[in-house]
Amino acid sequence: MVLGGIDFAVSPGEFVAIVGPSGSGKTTLLGLLAGLDRPSAGRVLLDGQDLSALSEDERARLRADKVGFVFQTFHLLPTLTALENVLVPLELRGGVRGEGSRRLRERAAGLLERVGLGDRLHHYPAQLSGGEQQRVALARAFVHEPKILFADEPTGSLDGETGARVIDLLLELNREARATVVLVTHDPELATRAGRVVRLSGGRIVSDTRREG
Amino acid sequence: MRAGFPLKLAWWEARSSARRLGLYMGAIGLGVAALVAINSFRADVVRAVAEEGRSLVGADVRLRSSGPFAPEVLAFLDSLEHAGVEVAYETRLPSMAVGLRSGRARLVEVQAVEGGYPFYGEVETEPAGLWPLDGGARRALADPAVLRQLGVGVGDTVGLGESRFVVAGTLADDGRELGVRGMVAGRLAIPAAFLEETGLVGVGSLVRRNAYLRLPGEGEAERFVEAHRSFLREHRVGIDTAEEEVEELSRGLGMLGRFLGLVGLMAVLLGGVGVASAVHVLVREKLPALAVLRCLGATQRDVFLAYSLQTGLLGLAGAAVGAVAGVGVQGLLPGLLGELLPVEVGYRVHWPSILAGLGMGAWVAIIFALLPLLAVREVAPLQALRRDIEPPEGRGGAGRLAARGALGASVVLLSVWQAPSWQSGLAFAAGVGLVLLALWGVATALARAARRFFPQRAPYVVRQGVSNLFRPRNQTVAVTLALGFGVFLIATIYLVQANLLERLRGEGGERPNLLFFDIQPDQRDGLRALLAERGTALEPPVPIVPARILALNGRPATELLADTTDAGPERWALRREYRNTYRDTLTATEALVAGKWWDGRAPARLPRISIEEDLARDLRVGIGDRITWDAQGVPIETEVASLRRVDWARFSPNFFVVFEPGVLEEAPQTLVALARVPDPEQRAELQDAVVRRFPNISVLDLSRVQEALDGVLSKVAFAVRGLALFTLAGGGVVLFGALVASRVQRQREAALLATLGASRRQVRLVQLTEYAALGALAGLAGTLLACLSAWLLVTRFFEFEFGLPALPLVSTWAAVPALAILVGTLNSRGSKRRTPLEVLREAAE
Repeated sequence: MVLGGIDFAVSPGEFVAIVGPSGSGKTTLLGLLAGLDRPSAGRVLLDGQDLSALSEDERARLRADKVGFVFQTFHLLPTLTALENVLVPLELRGGVRGEGSRRLRERAAGLLERVGLGDRLHHYPAQLSGGEQQRVALARAFVHEPKILFADEPTGSLDGETGARVIDLLLELNREARATVVLVTHDPELATRAGRVVRLSGGRIVSDTRREG
Repeated sequence: MRAGFPLKLAWWEARSSARRLGLYMGAIGLGVAALVAINSFRADVVRAVAEEGRSLVGADVRLRSSGPFAPEVLAFLDSLEHAGVEVAYETRLPSMAVGLRSGRARLVEVQAVEGGYPFYGEVETEPAGLWPLDGGARRALADPAVLRQLGVGVGDTVGLGESRFVVAGTLADDGRELGVRGMVAGRLAIPAAFLEETGLVGVGSLVRRNAYLRLPGEGEAERFVEAHRSFLREHRVGIDTAEEEVEELSRGLGMLGRFLGLVGLMAVLLGGVGVASAVHVLVREKLPALAVLRCLGATQRDVFLAYSLQTGLLGLAGAAVGAVAGVGVQGLLPGLLGELLPVEVGYRVHWPSILAGLGMGAWVAIIFALLPLLAVREVAPLQALRRDIEPPEGRGGAGRLAARGALGASVVLLSVWQAPSWQSGLAFAAGVGLVLLALWGVATALARAARRFFPQRAPYVVRQGVSNLFRPRNQTVAVTLALGFGVFLIATIYLVQANLLERLRGEGGERPNLLFFDIQPDQRDGLRALLAERGTALEPPVPIVPARILALNGRPATELLADTTDAGPERWALRREYRNTYRDTLTATEALVAGKWWDGRAPARLPRISIEEDLARDLRVGIGDRITWDAQGVPIETEVASLRRVDWARFSPNFFVVFEPGVLEEAPQTLVALARVPDPEQRAELQDAVVRRFPNISVLDLSRVQEALDGVLSKVAFAVRGLALFTLAGGGVVLFGALVASRVQRQREAALLATLGASRRQVRLVQLTEYAALGALAGLAGTLLACLSAWLLVTRFFEFEFGLPALPLVSTWAAVPALAILVGTLNSRGSKRRTPLEVLREAAE
């Protein structure tokens, strides 16, 4: 069993960092919270909905509506341009057609501008650096105004300076979007920027601390 | 590192990559199966021809003439008999036969034999032992098809000209009757003694005479031919020896087999393209592991050798499976193609073909994999620590050049080895290169256009599916080449066949379909009246005056024929009996290309003639040259006034030589005429009625000719298309392999899309669109190129008009995406269901 005895709740607007050593079950927990996997026992409620009661497609729809993702290895679709990658969550909701299409495109382009990639809208992932790719991923994560953002080691593949800039951007975008953020990291410095730190070890929560103020 | 390490590494690696590379090796195996089958079958046929040898001709030497033998030739044959040579005579002519019980009449090929023909082999009859026909009784033997057409059986009576014969039995197919002639008019054999009384051998009838010789002593034929060639040529007698005939037949069939084998070779080469593509992907995935091996002390040579060995061994395994399948297919071929062959073909496992297939499979696998394998040599040990290390620039340039050279040379050598001649081998290799290049160009252009101009309004899943053709490490080009080539071959063959058949059938079905010949001038009105009674119009009869060439520009034909240098006129053109006509206008099937058509004014110095352009070339004559004719014993000197181009493919009375009116009217002549009777039953009834009234007039049902040609063409096309299917199946395997190779990447993308909120349906639609786009791309590229090549073949080679049968073509095209979707779905069915998290996490590692 990877996880056991996990019981915690995240309030709207909270910024929670899940930390712990390798193999402690951080990413498994993240996957369960996002409905990417099903727990063998227990329940996960996301925005009041019991994920284990939903089918795979219903969970996918829930993610398309309410969840944003940032991964360690960016996971951009290599065949799409930066702008198209950002549009994917909207496309999956059937959004980028008809009347509102121009508005949504402008929104995606605006987000890319916000992360400093205004001149790279039509570049493919292979033409972007790691930091730039992660910034595209950030824009993608926020484009559909998710209620909750899951980030799995978002700075893990970046050097210190680039990583810091990406986190600054993430927090900045989140301030505007007022989404809940659940971030998995083994970087203690990054964890200090979260309002709450849940520490895992051996698949169990060993501490759950909130920063004062 | 121990010397055996590469071998061990090859074995370890083969275990893990056998499944993926194995699929590509399957494509090579398919090609090898086609090659082994066709090459083994070719060996079976050539052996059968050699074994039956002289019995195919029935004699050591055959002398043939398109009319009665000249008295000098008959005297010569007499003298031969006195010298111990056995001689048998055969007369052949087309005529109508009537089944007396049924009243049905059909065109037959009358065969009248005197003497001991055949000297070798037997004429099998049913019941047995009826050959040679007893010269004392009016009995006949017929092809079973003739009896069926006449509606009679053994024991019934058939009418032939003025005589009646009782059908004693049927003739078995002995391989001596080849081609469409035999299919249109079956054989009816009668004793030579009764030929005269049929009254069919008259002026203008299409009688051919053969003399069969059995020489005393072995191997005399060549000496005989050498000694008598010029005398026989001088008297317009053609000579065939059994050896030549066997040699020619073996060569012809062997060449046909080799051409078919080239299609098989194509399938092998396409498998090679697939292998190259798979190895390319495999090597890129293996680079980190190889870097670790290099860190642990493996040399560049170890790693390269191990992977080359692995590829070669898997290629050999694929070829072995293919060879076994090929031996199985070989067994099916006599059933499929037997009717087209003059001999009974046995079945024997042909080891040289099998070994060649095995060698070819392994070699193609190695040589095509060489280029991508070179990357293995360039793996830097440091890549084990840092993945983003690039191998130093410029390394391995010479190796790559050598690998490309080896690849090109191998394709050329294999083509030359398989092709009937080195020239056609080179042409084939060049053609393959050109077609692949063109396919690549067309596919790339189409793919770019699809991406660039794809409607932005299309649903996201469709746009994503199309753009997936460009994913990193995509195998779009390899798959397009492999599938596209199969489509190209099949569509080209289909288009050429459809155009030829369309042309043979005649446009719109308004063409005449009955040809009446051997009409005597005094029967013209009677025949017209008989047709009119049945509401059928007879097209204006065309006169035919048989004649031979006596002299060209004053030089006697005999002198020209005896000339042994090659500079003079072609012998066939001097030797043949011409069937000339006369008229004052050009017909719809001919066009003037030089000189002037006579307009009836100012009689020329000499009677004017117009000659078909190819004949003029072979006779080495032009405008103003003089030709002297022997028209039934009357010499007529003429002057060439014009040259015509004739469309021989059209079923209408076409002529090599046309005289101006006012010259041949009084010469002995017969007439031919055409009529159109659409209904088959009415056509049959009309033939019966004509023969009852005019026993000497023969009627050729042109729709039977068309059916016969249709049958032959369809069989040949079936064989070629069957082989082309091997290449398409190979293309399918390459596609399957490409999908397997990119499965991991595809799963990652599916997982990512699912994570971002895509439903399973959306993910599936993206993939289906990608398969369909891939298939549509390959299908369209292949079909477009096929249209171009078929257009070139039909208009330049066959010199026919070209038409595009749109519906079958579109169906062929549409079938390819269907195939791609099927293969793609089969491929993804095998994959185990995994959660997005598992896949993404694995990707991050």
